[in-house]
Amino acid sequence: MNFDFSDEQKFLRSEARKFLESAWPAARARGVVDDAAQSHDADMWRALAEQGWLGIAIPEPFGGLGLSRIDLCVIAEELGRVLAPVPFASTLYFLAEAVMLAGTADQQADILPRIVAGELIGAFASSEGPGVPTPATLRTTVSGGKLTGVKLPVTDGGIADLCVVLASEDGKPGLFLVDLNGPGVSRETLKTLDPSRGAARIAFTDAPATPLGAPGAGFDLAEQLLDRAAVLLAFEQVGLSDRCLEMARDFALERYAFGRVIGSYQAIKHKLADMYINNTLARSNAYYGAWALGTGAAELPVAAAAARVSACHAAAYAARENIQTHGGIGYTWESDCHLYYRRARQLGLVAGASIAWKERLVGRLEQRNAA
Amino acid sequence: MDFSDTSEEAAYRAQVCAWLDANAPDRLPRTAPTSEQLRAAKDWQAKKAAAGYAQISWAKEWGGPGGTTMQNVIYNQEEGRRGLATGFFGIGLGMCIPTVIAFADEVTKKRFVGPALRGEEIWCQLFSEPAAGSDLAAVRTSAVPDGDDWVVNGQKIWTSGAHYSDYGIVVTRTNRDAPKHKGLTMFWVDMTSPGIEVRPINQMSGESGFNEVFFTDVRIPDGQRLGAVDNGWKVSLVTLMNERLSIGGGGGGADYARFMELARGQTVGDEPALAHSAFREKIADWYVRTEGMKHTRMRSLTALSRGETPGPESSIGKVVAALQALNVAECAIDMLDAYGIIDDPEISPMRGAFQSLFLGMPGLRIAGGTDEILRNIIAERVLGLPGEIRVDKDVAFKDLPAGR
Repeated sequence: MNFDFSDEQKFLRSEARKFLESAWPAARARGVVDDAAQSHDADMWRALAEQGWLGIAIPEPFGGLGLSRIDLCVIAEELGRVLAPVPFASTLYFLAEAVMLAGTADQQADILPRIVAGELIGAFASSEGPGVPTPATLRTTVSGGKLTGVKLPVTDGGIADLCVVLASEDGKPGLFLVDLNGPGVSRETLKTLDPSRGAARIAFTDAPATPLGAPGAGFDLAEQLLDRAAVLLAFEQVGLSDRCLEMARDFALERYAFGRVIGSYQAIKHKLADMYINNTLARSNAYYGAWALGTGAAELPVAAAAARVSACHAAAYAARENIQTHGGIGYTWESDCHLYYRRARQLGLVAGASIAWKERLVGRLEQRNAA
Repeated sequence: MDFSDTSEEAAYRAQVCAWLDANAPDRLPRTAPTSEQLRAAKDWQAKKAAAGYAQISWAKEWGGPGGTTMQNVIYNQEEGRRGLATGFFGIGLGMCIPTVIAFADEVTKKRFVGPALRGEEIWCQLFSEPAAGSDLAAVRTSAVPDGDDWVVNGQKIWTSGAHYSDYGIVVTRTNRDAPKHKGLTMFWVDMTSPGIEVRPINQMSGESGFNEVFFTDVRIPDGQRLGAVDNGWKVSLVTLMNERLSIGGGGGGADYARFMELARGQTVGDEPALAHSAFREKIADWYVRTEGMKHTRMRSLTALSRGETPGPESSIGKVVAALQALNVAECAIDMLDAYGIIDDPEISPMRGAFQSLFLGMPGLRIAGGTDEILRNIIAERVLGLPGEIRVDKDVAFKDLPAGR
């Protein structure tokens, strides 16, 4: 038993933190938020490719570094701390994982090296409106290799090159790969809560689509994909939550009211202690998820759901109470507090809302107890 | 990162399981023991000690097998799974004896460590007083020198297990002119000494796990002093630090599981309670926090096993666990609707376990540091926020105002 990162992973973490905080701080996210024409930071995306991080968990034959998913978790946490405004999750947790999970040898050889090189941005399109998509509500269809329907929101859908789409073929749900730069695709950028992570409405009209994985396996594969993404996103959320706590703590030590730093008042101390408790539990749950993901353990579905629920709670609380601790200054546009608040919400929804994951978690616990 | 047993750990676990299967008694009492039950618990402790399963990480010098932290965790997990853990020896072995080892002379250590390890002698910790609970340094029980002895007068309270303890460690006030932290002295004491009277306290749960202990002209030889005169605060910090380190990996905490079991058998309207979304959401929240605590404990143990000091994360467990167990109990009782008022283990579901939690958990939120004090500790020691404003810090103890 060993419930910690290895020394190599800790080294990777501290190097990543130094690199990001010096060259790509949270101010980069502000740049994207302030510029309506921008939906990601292309310079930062290139820099991540140069670091090799886009290929960190992609096998060496495809040009990746061939490290583990746990190493990818380390990077995810650091990207979460600095609010990296890049399509990292869409490309790596969704497209790359989908291709590694279900792609043919040819699909892998074609797609993975381009992801590693930073030449291909990915997206995952399942949502078609409010609520969790189900086999009964799925309206996007594939017929004769042509996909038709509307997906929204598609995170990074406005900038992605290749999209994994959940759609029905002959009444059975499947996953399909669609070239978003090809024919039959029209995209419209959506106004989102977190403009540093853009999203689009994509209308497909007889767009050429290639099956990814077995026909009819769409929801199973999507579920497996969401489990993987949930663990990786949990690390981004943990990074964000810890950064919010640091911001709140630092401010509470500087700000005076009634002749004392506000951090000396129990109301503030207990609020920050609760943030710390939530963050610690979320981190521990994320570690367990990382182990399950890294080793392909049978515990992954339960561990991923627990990591997701825990991280959503910690991030929402930390981001919200960080603003509260900062008082009026925290509510200004100039403060970074709202950038973290926006991102916390984005991360809490991009792989499905906490409430749906709670239901999934209890369902899985029932199955486990029945087994 | 590896959550599986290593091959050595798996072998040790197999060895522990085989030994427990062959040797463990069927059932052991947890609290409020009769003398017969106490005898059974002592026999079990002696058996464990003889087989090298008591205080597994203690060095051979102190009678332990010199095992690893992980072996200790594995043993606790397996013992916990079988419901064999008892609370009788934890305070002595986890807190009192380490303090004795740190501060007593060689003869004293040799005299006490072995019998405590084998469960022959039980220890209690005489710290809290009516006016000194969370504010531990406010103790008033006085120790006045008289020849080679000290004469102790005063009252302790909330002393777990004093009614069946053989020895205790007691913190006393020896200097009323010094500020409160600087006038304390620690002793070990024979609980049969003349002048000691133990009165069990009836708790709101109906149990009597702890006591008031009255000291009336109790003579304690100076040779029983632990640490220097007026240095008792530092000694008690060592005791409390050991309290934090005596973290187990054992059972408990799985209250969401019992709740699920209950919810499977009950109905709300026409539905099984387990299908009800209000309950499902709560189960998810409880599961996540219970698992979070479990893995947090494992992270602390990983640090311990590497010879590092575990981080402050170990102190959050009680804040989360006690309140959560109370919430689970409240919700389970609600699920039973009007029937939930019944507190009869013969007819209440799960043998009244949730009614018992409902009455017991308010106490756990207070014992060993209130939720509020623990949040202060996290804020101050972990996050580096300022300590509370102290009006009593540089004032002689005798000049401090005293209310109730």
